[in-house]
Amino acid sequence: MAQVSFDGVTKRFGDTTAVDDLTLSIPDGELLVLLGSSGCGKTTALRLVAGLEEISAGTVSIGERVVNEVDPKDRDVAMVFQSYALYPHLTVAKNIEFPLRQRGVDKEERTTKVKRAAETLGLGDLLGRKPGQLSGGQRQRVALARAIVREPLVFLMDEPLSNLDAALRVQTRADIVELQNRLKTTTLYVTHDQVEAMTMGHRIAVMSEGKLQQVAAPEALYAKPTNVFVAHFLGSPGMNLVEGMLVESASADASGGGGRGTLSVAFAGASVPLPAEVADSVRGSGPDVVLGLRPEALHLSPDGVIGASVIIVELLGAETHVICHTETGARIIVRQGAGAPKPRIGEPVRIAVEPDPEAYHLFDSSSGNRLGGP
Amino acid sequence: MTATTVPAGPAPPPAPERGGGRGLRTRLRKEAALAYVLLLPALVLFGAFSFYPFLRNFKLMLYETPPVPGLPSRYVGLHQIIPTITSTQFTQSLVTTIIFVILVVPISLLLGLALAVAAHRKLKGMAVYRVIFSSTVVSSVAVASVVFGTLLNPVVGLLPWLGINPTPPALENTTWALPSVALITIWQFLGLSFIIMSAGLQSVPDELLEAARIDGAGSWTRFWRMTVPLLSPTIFFAVVVSTIYAFQAFGAVDILIGNQNAVRLHTNVLIYNILNTLQIESNPGAAAIMATVLFLIILGLTLLQLRFLERRVSYAR
Repeated sequence: MAQVSFDGVTKRFGDTTAVDDLTLSIPDGELLVLLGSSGCGKTTALRLVAGLEEISAGTVSIGERVVNEVDPKDRDVAMVFQSYALYPHLTVAKNIEFPLRQRGVDKEERTTKVKRAAETLGLGDLLGRKPGQLSGGQRQRVALARAIVREPLVFLMDEPLSNLDAALRVQTRADIVELQNRLKTTTLYVTHDQVEAMTMGHRIAVMSEGKLQQVAAPEALYAKPTNVFVAHFLGSPGMNLVEGMLVESASADASGGGGRGTLSVAFAGASVPLPAEVADSVRGSGPDVVLGLRPEALHLSPDGVIGASVIIVELLGAETHVICHTETGARIIVRQGAGAPKPRIGEPVRIAVEPDPEAYHLFDSSSGNRLGGP
Repeated sequence: MTATTVPAGPAPPPAPERGGGRGLRTRLRKEAALAYVLLLPALVLFGAFSFYPFLRNFKLMLYETPPVPGLPSRYVGLHQIIPTITSTQFTQSLVTTIIFVILVVPISLLLGLALAVAAHRKLKGMAVYRVIFSSTVVSSVAVASVVFGTLLNPVVGLLPWLGINPTPPALENTTWALPSVALITIWQFLGLSFIIMSAGLQSVPDELLEAARIDGAGSWTRFWRMTVPLLSPTIFFAVVVSTIYAFQAFGAVDILIGNQNAVRLHTNVLIYNILNTLQIESNPGAAAIMATVLFLIILGLTLLQLRFLERRVSYAR
């Protein structure tokens, strides 16, 4: 087992920079999720660790060793591909055995290890079959078995669940987490699915346009996104982001304390007062800001501060998403519990924000970065 | 069950509208008529140049032409088949053809595969090489023969320039005449071989080879244990196609060796033998029998190919 480090890693394809100055360290035994939309460079980063792409600048290390010039087969990593990349002309047993065979492991040991890996993944009965005779879920497990069989230093997984149907995906997600917990092998897991990232990762590294946006534990990433990209990318549905202006009002002197007025974010049709803690941390910034409010921090209430009209109501069973437009046409999604009254489409509503200071996220409108501390 | 049994269950609903049903039938009949009209030109061409000669060939087999010109041919039934296919001329020609096939097929396929592997790499300007490698497909036998004839020429050719000067010259040499003709056929088939192999290589997923690479396979192992097995249906297809192609070789022999050459017996491949039997020996009956043997050989190869293609379905990922 070993830690994996990116140190100022850049990868260019012609004029395109796929990975831009990536510095990131994955400690021994961690499951780190590389999260981002397609084309953000996450898969390229993974392939740089595997040695399938040459590094343009910087260094990648596995353990203490810089592996820039090391051949993939000598890096002691195992990769699970999105397509599984099983060898179609070999049986399941031969597929799992292949990496051991290439490393000159003797026959007896190979048989034992293949058997153990197959049992771990419940493939005991399928060893004689060819990949073409397996279901998607079974193929996926063969790919995992082939990865774990030689006990590599690092697992690299490139969207291994994206070809499975929804139910199987949830099941396999848990299986992979369980497997990784047991083996304690450092794992880099690439996905575009934020639910996968949130549920699986010890930490999540969010990437966009080749750049690392933020790396943090899932809770921290969700609670304090570092910029509007991360704020919007995580969460289902993502955070509501509304452009507005910071306005200081003198009218609320009595409650403000310290002789200061209430700081509000104003946009057409609404003025959202900020709790004192939030106000203190962002005072002096702006005035142009982006206000971020998670759908679950909002509810419909007659005395709400934001005026809007209902566009769509999505019933999901346990909860309802009410999609509204403000006067300026900004889109705000409100998540309501199952018991809340269901508004009609076109109905004018008022949206209230939870008083919890954690509910308010403020970003600089030009840079998109979070205001008010880390 | 007999035809008179009344079907159980509810009677079939009556046709929605009599006129509508008839209209549909009329329209279908009209469409069929149009289809036949549109097929007619192709049918006429195929009939005149493929089906009629093909059937006529079987009739010719049954008639013996006397060796003296002017006398009418005589019906002999199947009696001249055995003497013809056991004649030294025919067996020698068949052996020559088989040697020719053995010379042409493996070399053209291995070269085609080697070029395809070389051109498969994603390098700048590779498209130019692909065009060059596949260009032999579009060059005619006549042009290729003339070019190679010149290259093999003992005075102005490439061979003397390279210091190779067999006596008698390559195309008049009993040892070198057949390999020389095979060389041209290999060159001609190389383009198609390259195209088939390239297409096959493209169907091998990159991820598979990458997985093998991470699993510890070197480039040689990847080629032999991954690429070649996955390419086997393509290779089999190419073997059959090139064998058929080699069995039908004619142009290069006719242009470079011809009737007047002393070595013609050493390059007397089946098709050429059939033509000589027909034109020079004026023996259409024997020629028809030889043509039928060739037809059966190629039919066998084609059936083999079709069977294998069916099996290949289970091979898909």
